[in-house]
Amino acid sequence: MTGPTLMTPEMRAEDSKAVFGFFTYLMTDFVLFAALFATYAVLRSGTFGGAAPASVFNAPFALLETLILLSSSFACGLALLAARRENLRNTLLALSATFVLGAAFLALELSEFSRLVASGAGPARSAFLSSYFTLVGTHGLHVALGLIWMSALALSLRMRGFTRGNLRKLALWSLFWHFLDIIWIFIFTIVYLFGII
Amino acid sequence: MNDYFSEIGFWHHETSLRTYLIGFGLSLLLTLCAYVLATRHMLSRGRLIEALLALALAQFFLQAASFLHLRGARASRDRLVVFATAIAIALILVSGSLWIMFDLNQRMMLPPGAGTMMEYMQDQSGI
Repeated sequence: MTGPTLMTPEMRAEDSKAVFGFFTYLMTDFVLFAALFATYAVLRSGTFGGAAPASVFNAPFALLETLILLSSSFACGLALLAARRENLRNTLLALSATFVLGAAFLALELSEFSRLVASGAGPARSAFLSSYFTLVGTHGLHVALGLIWMSALALSLRMRGFTRGNLRKLALWSLFWHFLDIIWIFIFTIVYLFGII
Repeated sequence: MNDYFSEIGFWHHETSLRTYLIGFGLSLLLTLCAYVLATRHMLSRGRLIEALLALALAQFFLQAASFLHLRGARASRDRLVVFATAIAIALILVSGSLWIMFDLNQRMMLPPGAGTMMEYMQDQSGI
């Protein structure tokens, strides 16, 4: 176990740079989502005689998704707090909770997608639906990748404990996970709430 | 107390359960406020859109501060610069796209309102 007290200034600088580099990647991802939001905002009214936002979206359903993802973000924070105290059991417990909530969110999203496709409102139906599936689908893909990354990380934590590498990955992964919740705030507001008003 | 995460400047050393509880609790509150406003139709449409955007922005900065740890700690200054740049690019991208499309509607002498350009393009090429 490489405790923080064993770290040299070079190691600290290196890990600090890793955090900065990963954060910079996240911000480019943020710009990618901004482009998808702009596309959605422009194409939103292009329903081509098909389903309009007001008839497609279900507000309580979107609220449930939001609450689940927000709780999962909080559980991710708990995992970091437990890792700071080098409490492996609680870290893995919090990571499991994060995973279950994240997977539940993804399941809800997929069920909504399949409901839409089944009712003839698939991504090929109109410009509005294409941009909707692209925006929300890209977010969902990120969530799926986050879940896979976290599973690998949890496995590594179980096998090797709190090594420096594992702690660094945990920090980077938590940034990724919180970032996904931040993107969801705008999806919830601009897609779902604006869709029903 | 010197933990790994504060040693590498990932978060401020005073970050605690309280930080996350505040971020979580306030996010929950802002989400529910937005939901109630949108479903109860208590405001006019224009006001409602402004209010919902304001609530979303508040939650955005709240989560950036409490979950991404962008809180004036010395080590996170580099991250704040990248953060501000990304926000600037995002704003230009979104407002620029909307501006161009609405302007296009006007110049095509189509009635004002979102979607008229889309309808025109659909008529012309069936997209």
